[in-house]
Amino acid sequence: MERFRFKFIVFLFLSVVFFGYSAILYFTETEQPQIPNKSAQKGKMLWQQKNCVSCHQLYGLGGHLGPDLTNVYAIRSEEYIKAFLKSGTTVMPDYQLSETEIQELLEFFKYTNTTGVADPASFSKHLNGTISQQ
Amino acid sequence: MEPSHNNKYIKIFITTGLLFLLSALFFGLAGALEYVVPGVWRNIFSFEKIRPLHVSSAVFWILTTAIGSVLCFLKEHNEQNIKNIKIIRLAFYIFTFSFVGILISYCFGIFGGREYWEFNPLFSIPISMGWILFIVVFLSNFKTLKKQPVYVWMWFTGALFFLFTYLESNLWLIPNIRNHLIKDMTIQWKSYGSMVGSWNMLIYGSSIYLLDKISGSKKYSFSNIAFWLYFLGLFNLMFNWGHHIYTLPTQPYVKHIAYVVSMTELLIFGRIIYLWKSSVTTAQKHFHINSYRFLIGADVWVFLTLGLAILMSIPALNIYMHGTHTVVAHTMGATIGINSMLLLAFAYDILKPKTKPKFGYWLINVSLVVFWIALIVAGFSKAYWQFNNPEIPYGEMIAQLKPWFYVFFVSGIVLVIGLVMVIIPLLKRR
Repeated sequence: MERFRFKFIVFLFLSVVFFGYSAILYFTETEQPQIPNKSAQKGKMLWQQKNCVSCHQLYGLGGHLGPDLTNVYAIRSEEYIKAFLKSGTTVMPDYQLSETEIQELLEFFKYTNTTGVADPASFSKHLNGTISQQ
Repeated sequence: MEPSHNNKYIKIFITTGLLFLLSALFFGLAGALEYVVPGVWRNIFSFEKIRPLHVSSAVFWILTTAIGSVLCFLKEHNEQNIKNIKIIRLAFYIFTFSFVGILISYCFGIFGGREYWEFNPLFSIPISMGWILFIVVFLSNFKTLKKQPVYVWMWFTGALFFLFTYLESNLWLIPNIRNHLIKDMTIQWKSYGSMVGSWNMLIYGSSIYLLDKISGSKKYSFSNIAFWLYFLGLFNLMFNWGHHIYTLPTQPYVKHIAYVVSMTELLIFGRIIYLWKSSVTTAQKHFHINSYRFLIGADVWVFLTLGLAILMSIPALNIYMHGTHTVVAHTMGATIGINSMLLLAFAYDILKPKTKPKFGYWLINVSLVVFWIALIVAGFSKAYWQFNNPEIPYGEMIAQLKPWFYVFFVSGIVLVIGLVMVIIPLLKRR
């Protein structure tokens, strides 16, 4: 009986801390900006509807067939990105995107670029095993 | 306990799960071919359809078979038929229609576009309903947690936390979360990390039950060490998920908590090493039992996968593995080497085929080692590119990895052959 009560209290304690932690994350705002306009919001939805994440990554999370696109807006010109979106590549199909859709995706990439830097080489390593980024 | 009249409704979960596994293998091979011959499917059935077909089929194999084995073992544990079998039948139909519907929707290019759960979010309604029905049946089949072995606690935890984390993974539907990329990704990976922990609770719980059954003793399941390890697993399920997002600019405390909590897994790793000798002796004793053979295979893969996971959980090492094929190696080690190996052990115990899966078993394990190493080497090569040669175009870097993709593809074919050899006797016994 005593052992059961102890186990149950540990279970309950961990659960309460877990749900409290979850609530903090749901309601705390991060430093990064929200998606600024409707066009970029639509771009994000387009990113999901076309399932871009199956080949591409944001912050290293996603598929491996194509490159990480978090900071593509800073690395490549708009024309370069547009060319890819318009015609695809030897691996990526042409999704027959309209001019508006291409613009919405560009707005989304413009936004993702403002949220941070995804390049792992931009992190400094510390002796205690942690990392930091300027 | 011998199977009785309502067993067929539970067994159907296992056989359906095996069909999803076959689907995962088929689309896995098709996807792997894309790495060897880039663009091979471009105009026929492009990769953004193949990958979710592979991933979702694998997840459905895990979920369906995990539910079936929990119900079957709960029935044996209680030594009486499962109550509310009609509800389970309803849940089975809901899951099957939803899962098949999802696979069909992918073929038509209908996506929700969230990694791993890439289907339209409308499918989440029946999936959640099916899971609630599973919980109702599960809870109605035991009166209290008092005097219950550790595996019943694990099933209970897995069933409840899966529902919570699954619902949590749909929070992106709320505009305030969806329109805040970093918050969205933080919650997304929080839910995924804990969700995998939840289905692991169902699967590991069943593996402890099966070990008890084979050894004929329930001493371990009631022991203090079993419960300490259960609480350690629960602690990690709840708080270690942040190691997926060390490079995401989210709140720093998320990463610090994840780092510290993940390091507690060293206790499990150390225990495996400490008990290595006695584990080998026990393994030799029971190795002739089909299901036990798969349990031993999973043990070896727990050691390898956990070792890699611990290294990946150190942020300073994580940056060399994150976003590379090393993460794929870890996922494959966990889903094939651990989850699938354990689920096959349950299937062999429940369906009891007469054929011994000797050759298929060794084929799976040997090819999986080659497959795993090829991915790790490809991952390290990609990391080298990220840190030293980022000026080389992505496509060129991927082309340089091709030799490793060939090894990955050929070992993948052998792996599929091995798995099919193991699955066929099970399907014949359904």
